[in-house]
Amino acid sequence: MKSVARPVKPKKNRFMLWSIYVLLAVIYIWALSGIPIEGFKETAGQITKAILSGILSPDWGYVYLPEGEDLLRGLLDTLAIAILGTFISAFLCIPFAFWAANNMTKGKIAAGTGKFILSFIRTFPELVMALLFIKVVGPGSFAGVLALGLHSIGMLGKLFSEEVENIDFGPIEALKATGASGLQTLWFAVVPQIIPGFISYTLYRFEINLRSASILGIIGAGGIGTPLIFAMQSRDWSRVGIILLGIIAMVTIVDIISGYLRKKVV
Amino acid sequence: MKRIESLNMNRLTKQEIPKAPTKIKHYLTAALIVLLIGWSAYQTESSFIDFVEGFPNMFDLLVQMYPPSWSYFDDIVPAMLDTFRMAVIGTTMGALLAVPFALLCASNIAASNWIYYPFRFILNLIRTIPELLLAAIFVAIFGLGPLPGIFALAVFSMGIIAKLTYEAMESIDKGPLEAMTAVGANKIQWIVYSVVPQVSPYFVSFVLYTFEINIRVAAILGLVGAGGIGEYYDKTLGFLEYDKVSTIIIFTLMVVLLIDYISTKLREKLL
Amino acid sequence: MIEFHRVTKIYPNGVVGLENIDLKIEKGEFVVIVGLSGAGKSTLLRSINRLHEISSGEITIDGKSITKAKGKELRRIRRDIGMIFQNFNLVKRSTVLRNVLSGRVGYHSTLRTVLGWFPKEDVDLAMNALERMNILEKAYTRSDQLSGGQQQRVSIARALAQKAKIILADEPVASLDPLTTKQVMDDLKKINQELGITLVVNLHSVDLARQYATRIIGLKAGQIVFDGSAREATDKRFSEIYGKPFEVGTNEADREFKYESIN
Repeated sequence: MKSVARPVKPKKNRFMLWSIYVLLAVIYIWALSGIPIEGFKETAGQITKAILSGILSPDWGYVYLPEGEDLLRGLLDTLAIAILGTFISAFLCIPFAFWAANNMTKGKIAAGTGKFILSFIRTFPELVMALLFIKVVGPGSFAGVLALGLHSIGMLGKLFSEEVENIDFGPIEALKATGASGLQTLWFAVVPQIIPGFISYTLYRFEINLRSASILGIIGAGGIGTPLIFAMQSRDWSRVGIILLGIIAMVTIVDIISGYLRKKVV
Repeated sequence: MKRIESLNMNRLTKQEIPKAPTKIKHYLTAALIVLLIGWSAYQTESSFIDFVEGFPNMFDLLVQMYPPSWSYFDDIVPAMLDTFRMAVIGTTMGALLAVPFALLCASNIAASNWIYYPFRFILNLIRTIPELLLAAIFVAIFGLGPLPGIFALAVFSMGIIAKLTYEAMESIDKGPLEAMTAVGANKIQWIVYSVVPQVSPYFVSFVLYTFEINIRVAAILGLVGAGGIGEYYDKTLGFLEYDKVSTIIIFTLMVVLLIDYISTKLREKLL
Repeated sequence: MIEFHRVTKIYPNGVVGLENIDLKIEKGEFVVIVGLSGAGKSTLLRSINRLHEISSGEITIDGKSITKAKGKELRRIRRDIGMIFQNFNLVKRSTVLRNVLSGRVGYHSTLRTVLGWFPKEDVDLAMNALERMNILEKAYTRSDQLSGGQQQRVSIARALAQKAKIILADEPVASLDPLTTKQVMDDLKKINQELGITLVVNLHSVDLARQYATRIIGLKAGQIVFDGSAREATDKRFSEIYGKPFEVGTNEADREFKYESIN
């Protein structure tokens, strides 16, 4: 019945595959062996229950206190930090974006430098930036704004530069042909193409920054993080609960609005 | 509204110059943005003056941070290894959890709307919680050390990977899915033979991407006591040992860039 | 044997897909269904293995109602029906062999199939199917490296591996060039004659239908307007039914080339 010889399963890939498996196995064994698992604290179960009950019966009174220092104020603080931080970074990252875009800068090295700087800023942990800014301008929301503002330049700059690299050169040619200057060309041919992406990425970054802003308080840079960490340390779980709910609610609402705006822009 | 009579000699046709669309929407948006920014500045008590005044402090700081303390490197190596461990295990746990979750969130795989809507809702809820917060909560439950950090990373990773994966699942070619239904496969066989082969390269790519993020995150979870190199920031800043701070930052940077590079290369090979 | 009892399909938006279809297809027939786009060919075909649900009526396969079947029973019935598609519907990243073996999953437990532990007999079956379709040598090649015609042959091999008694083909040659079309149609004819497998094929070319079918069914607006042998399906007859000169398919290639009859 078999007139044609049956092909054999190719063995070439086996070696590569097996060496990858071995490598992974080594990594995992090393990783798992280094973790101290001292058996869960007996209190772990208790605390989880306490946290859950705190979330389920949150401290509604904390939402609004006439003297200030309540949930709403904290959330607004956080929101403000995120807004200002994102705005500053959106503004400042534009020159970097053009610097790092290899169709705007003459020579690959120049663009490469730009990219590297953005990469550096992006990798610099923003919490550490916040800590450093606290040393500069003192603790509080302003330090948080500066940290977010600076750190976001990294990611926004990268996304924008990619956007700039993807533009259509047709309009630029057309404008040059009419005798427009460099700046005019930029304004009429480049900018309109990148604005939708610009807005979309800024909103995206804003969503992320809002989450970051809510943590900044944990290290003293303003926002709802500070009352949160206090509540945690004093084991006031119902307060932790209401703050958590507040953060989730705020982030969700902002996400929805932001998502809606981003769809409209594109 | 102006009317222009056309220069056609035979007939006078009246044409109207179209009205320019109103710019009110633009002006309002601009005004709104200016308002938001102004309010934010007020609320956060930000002032340019403060910043300028603080400048010399910043220079001071930068000067103290350089040169980094090279001897300190050896002290923090174990913590860096811890950080790496946390990222590896946390990402893996998250990836494993993400698989069933993504299947339940994908509208072309989950059996009915009653399944995927609620699961997506839960997923979005999980994704709103910042990772440091998760870590702080887990520290409260499990005490200090890398374990709560791993759990935090697992939950955080699951959120990212599950979302990316279910979106990928919804965009795969429906043809092979139909073929497996026609062949009489049950749900699990159907998933394994038609969904998995199409999605797996994307899935691995997402896991690597999340791993890149997790290295960065793991490096700061220590600030809330969840293990890794983060706790050293507290110590060194507390003692104003800024040169050691630089060491930590630079070390972290090196590791992150290395992982990023390897990961990006791997991801390119996959897709 | 496939039987349609007063089958109707009405879409949610009110469009009538099939209207009161009564049909009997005997074992071993090579039936070709023709009709304009939107006439209901695809709906008819896909309701046989219940990829499409019907609104009323019943369809039985060898006496068993597929309309009423659920769960495991439904899958069992489907297992015995092979289907090939216009876009081949192979898993591109998987090898040819794996694609063919995926036709066997209905015969084994979930665990086995998930791990890929097909018994030797299954692998033999798959290899024989590939050999019959003349692509044995591609067994371990990734499917997306094959040409359209080759992929369709793999698709047919999958149906053969299922040991299907019926093969449904939804516009199997619409994406293929004229030469490959002939090859695939020839293959289908061979399977029908040598293995006695019932074939129900959707084509949009009456010419092609005439060359290969034992029986042609014409659909118009969800109703059967012609049911007869290939000889009876003259152009004149069809233009009577369709009310206008019936075009020789909408396929450009159809108009350019003439096929030789295989008789």
